[in-house]
Parts: sequence; structure tokens; C-alpha cells
Amino acid sequence: MKPDSPDSPDLDHEAFLEMNRSPEFQKLKSSFRRFVLPMTVAFLAWYLLYVVLSAYARGFMGTKVVGEINVALVFGLLQFLSTFLIAWAYERYARRRLEPLAAAVGPAAPAGTEEEGK
Amino acid sequence: MTGTLAAPQLLAAPAENEHRVFSLILFAVFVALTLWITIWASRQTRTAADFYAGGRQFSAVQNGLAIGGDYMSAASFLGIAGMFALSGYDGFLYSIGFLVAWLVALLLVAEMLRNSGRFTMADVLAFRMRQRPVRAAAGISTIVVSIFYLLAQMVGAGALVALLLGAEGEAAKIWTIVVVGALMIFYVTVGGMKGTTWVQIVKAVLLMTGAAVMTVWILAKYGFNLSSLLGAAADASGKGDAFLKPGLKYGATDMWSKLDLLSLGLALVLGTAGLPHILIRFYTVPNSKAARASVNWAIGIIGVFYLMTLVIGFGAAALVGSKAVAAQDKGGNTAAVQVAEHLGGGPGSTGGAIFLAVIAAVAFATILAVVAGLTLASSSSFAHDLFANVFKRGQASERDEVRMARIAALVIGAVAIVLSIFARGLNVAFLVALAFAVAASANLPTLLFSLFWKRFNTVGAVAGIYGGLVSAVALVMCSSIAWGGKSATLPKGNPDALFSETIVAPFPMQNPGLISIPLGFLCAYLGTVLSKERTDDKYAELEVRALTGKGAH
Repeated sequence: MKPDSPDSPDLDHEAFLEMNRSPEFQKLKSSFRRFVLPMTVAFLAWYLLYVVLSAYARGFMGTKVVGEINVALVFGLLQFLSTFLIAWAYERYARRRLEPLAAAVGPAAPAGTEEEGK
Repeated sequence: MTGTLAAPQLLAAPAENEHRVFSLILFAVFVALTLWITIWASRQTRTAADFYAGGRQFSAVQNGLAIGGDYMSAASFLGIAGMFALSGYDGFLYSIGFLVAWLVALLLVAEMLRNSGRFTMADVLAFRMRQRPVRAAAGISTIVVSIFYLLAQMVGAGALVALLLGAEGEAAKIWTIVVVGALMIFYVTVGGMKGTTWVQIVKAVLLMTGAAVMTVWILAKYGFNLSSLLGAAADASGKGDAFLKPGLKYGATDMWSKLDLLSLGLALVLGTAGLPHILIRFYTVPNSKAARASVNWAIGIIGVFYLMTLVIGFGAAALVGSKAVAAQDKGGNTAAVQVAEHLGGGPGSTGGAIFLAVIAAVAFATILAVVAGLTLASSSSFAHDLFANVFKRGQASERDEVRMARIAALVIGAVAIVLSIFARGLNVAFLVALAFAVAASANLPTLLFSLFWKRFNTVGAVAGIYGGLVSAVALVMCSSIAWGGKSATLPKGNPDALFSETIVAPFPMQNPGLISIPLGFLCAYLGTVLSKERTDDKYAELEVRALTGKGAH
């Protein structure tokens, strides 16, 4: 291992490979990806929709909703709201689901579990 | 109440000296406080982890504030408020991009970077690759992005502080640049990450407090009714309803101008998670859970801040008037301080002078905290990536590395001062957008592929970084920022162009992101599949480290 790569006194490369093969880790990985990848696609699409409408649908964006408040402003404020909500949802998911799964991955897993993970 | 009657006298008349004295006193207090913090921090800085990562002992709230202090630049405070004041709604397009971008950092980058890296972005990029080529590329890209951003801040600081203090002439600008540069060098070389972080925390608290007072005050003037504020802003702007719709700033209706807006939006949303000075902040907390929590704090702080700039900017349009703002500074950068003066009682009043001075001092603090973060990121990367791993092939001692980081901060700071002095007459606002575009085109593709794509390898990483970096910079050098000739896209031409006012730009957009970001991903992909190297085993280890935090520093 290169001198500058993160070194760990108690774990060698083989131990990491073994953990990677364990079903606990595979479950953690798929749970993580199942949340973040679709969510990323969703918020990027939602944001790009906002930018595209701002560029190409200015008439629609200028429609007044209430008083001086128009669709463009509401759409913009919804971007703030969705950002806050996604951050909150991820925090909740990470605490409830990902952290326990991550804690279950370990070099000291019971003998039986390692058999299952090939 | 129109406000337009009084405002043109801003910074003139009897209050002139009064507010300058207040401003100078407040600047001096802030500088004294930060110097004290820096010296205190230097006594706590012993190891490399102290210097680069503040000892990894900051709490999530502290780091959240520091991220805010690092991220909310003068461009976001003064620039976005000014954009609202002059171009109405279009300021929102910037601030929303700057905020939504944090979700990329939260979901895809922050925790995994904290778990698998040590001090720099390149630690993660180079983890499973051949160290030298990848660290060289990542180090160069880090330094380029940071210097672009740094120049924009320092040139802006020179113009702004000179304007706020009412000091005329080039000497005042040059001196401001030198003082700002000297302070940032001191913060970084003496205080390292600890000193820099505390400067950023203090700045974030000052900025949020100042902005909150202004926001509540402005809203109170309109009975806490957003609709009346917007109506008053639209009336006072002289542009009516158009002021509240997208399009005043990015309004041209031809194809390229619209694509240019998309291109900007893409760079803003994808750039943040590739900005080295932001990424190194994730290393200052004890673990990935704290890194995640600090990003959540940052999202809250930054989100609230951008909502406040909306009120401040429209407040400036309503109370001071767009014309009076543009008369003071054609880019609108003084809108926030002008509205502060108005709230305090208007030009000529002591209250106006005091509040103007307070907000001017906050703006000064804002600039200092950001330039310190940028200098730290670039000098860390120079010492840890280029010096220790590329030149010394990993054989440098920790002491040598930190000494080199301090020297690098001095040199980079000095270079930035000299470049800023030469660039002070140029319109360098484009450099912020360019820094985001390079971060999104060169750093983000490589970072994401490193973390999520098993097949990724050295050639791919190197190709992605250089491909994104070179294409983003080259496209801007071919755009109307550099060549200001009149064309169908740019009927009036660009008199501020860097190279020529008559030659027509070969590239019709000012923002390269729409082309350079996909190109960065494409280069990283092609480089990978054209090279036989496979890093599957190292990737398996990286995955476990990144997701579980095992073996993390």
C-alpha cells in the first residue's frame, strides 16, 4: 500500500475484501444506492425543469397567483422547500436504515454469516 | 415613499466622514478579533491533521457554520442582492442553483469523502489509482479553481472596499487588495485550518445576523407582506411586472442566450460538490455522521441566507430604487449597503451611517473568510498532493509537508495579490461562474466515477480532470467574455471583453458547462475503457471504507 493512502492499523486489504463480499455490506450498499441515485435524478430533473421554464416559458412563469406573487416565485420557493425536505428525508433514512446496516458490517462477523456471503 | 430622492447622495454629504470612521473602526475590530483567533489557533496546531483538518474536532454545527462562511462569498451576498435590485427575479436563478447544489454534496459526496480521504480531494481520487498522475492532475485542477475564485473575490474586494470607504483612485484599490491578501496569508500560514475555520464561523454568524436584521426591518416596512414588497419593488424599478419575472438579465430570446442560461444553471448545481475549498471542510469533523449533519446545517443556513437576499435585494429596489443602485455601482454590488443606509435613517443621518458601516464591515468579513478558505485549499493540495506525493513520491515527513503548505500559502497568496492588482481594471465577475464550471467539469465527474464506478481507472481519472479543465477554460477564452465583437447573439458587443472589442467570439455562450461537463464525463469514460488497467480490488476496499467508515482517519 502506498504510504499516503489511508492506512489502518487493524485492518488489511484482505479484511476489506472479505467485508465487501459479506451480505451485510451488500445490503448496505444497495440500500444506500436505492435512496441516493433515484433521489439525485429526481432533484436534478426538478431543478432543470425550473431552469428550462425560466428560459423558455416566461409567460407561464409570469402568471400571477396571488397579489404580486407569480408562478416563478412560487416555483423558486418550492425549490427551497424541496431541498430542505430531501435533506431531512436523507438524514432520517441514514439514521434509521443506513447506520444500523453499516454497524452490522464488520471483520468480527459471526462465522456463519461469512459462509453465506460466499 | 420612493427613496429615489435621497439615495443618489449616498456616500456624499456630511455623513460621508462619519460612516467612514465607523466602517474603519468596525473593520479594525473584526481584524483584531480574527488575528487573536488565529494566534490562539496556532498554539493548538501541531500535527498535519491539525493544520489541514483542524484536528477533526469541530462539531457538526460549527462546521455547518464554517461551510456557510466558506461558501457565502461576496458574490452571493452583495452580488445576488445587487442582481435582485437591478434585474429583479433573475437573481433567484443564481441563488437557487447555489442551494440545490448542496444536495449533490450531501447525497453523493460528503460522507464518502470524509470516510475515505485524509486531507484533500485527491486523497479520494487517487485512492485506487496510480498516485502520481492522478494527484498531479487533481492538484493542478484544485489550484486553478481556487485561484480563479480567489481573483474574483480579491479584485471585487479592492473595488468594493475602496467604494465603501469612499476612497477614490487606484491606490486605494491596490492597498485594499494588499491588505486582504496579507490577512488571508496570515490566517492560513499561522492559524491553519483551525484559525481559518473560526474566522469562517465568526463571519457566518455576523453575516446571518446582519442579513436577518435587514430582512426583518425591510419586511416590517411592508407589514410583513411579501406581495406588497414585490409590488413596491416592481414600481420603483421602473420596469413594472417584468421585474418580477425571469428574463430581465438573461432575457435575450435567441437560442444561444437561452442555452447559456441552462449552461449556467448546470454549472451552478454541479459545481459546488467539486469545489476543493468546500470538500476539505468535510475532513474537519470526527466522522461521516458529523459530516452529514454539518452539510444539513449548511443547507439550512445557506437556504435561509438566500431567502434573506431575496428580501434585501427587492428591498433595495423598493426603498433605494434600481436607478440609484446602478448609479452607485453598475453591477449593483452596493445594493445591500445602500439599503442598510436607507434603513438606518438615510444618507446624512447618524443611524444611516452606522448601519451602512455595520453592513460594510460584514461584507469585508465575508470576503476575508472566503479568500482564507481558498488559500488553504490550494496550499494544502500543493503540499499534500504535488509536493509530498508527486515530487517526493510519498517520502516527505509530516513536518516537511506542513512547512511546505505554509510556504505554498505564502506563495499562492503573493501570486494572487499580484494577479489581482494587474486584473483590477478587468471585469472578473465571470471568474466565479468559471470556477464552478471547472469544478463541475473536471472534479465532479472524476469524483463520482471514483466513488461509484468499479471499472474506473487512472487513465480515466486523468483524462476526466484535464478534459474538463481544458475544455471549460478554452470555451470561455473563445466566448464573448474574451472577444467582444457584435454578433446576432450579442447585438451590442461586449466593451469589457478581455482581448478584443471588435473580433466576434467563436463560441456563442459565456458559460461553458453545457458542453464541458458532459465532455468531462465523456473523457473520464473513454480514458477508462481505452485503458486496460482494472482496480476492482482497490475499489472493493474503497466501497467498504466509504460506506462504513471503517479505517477512516
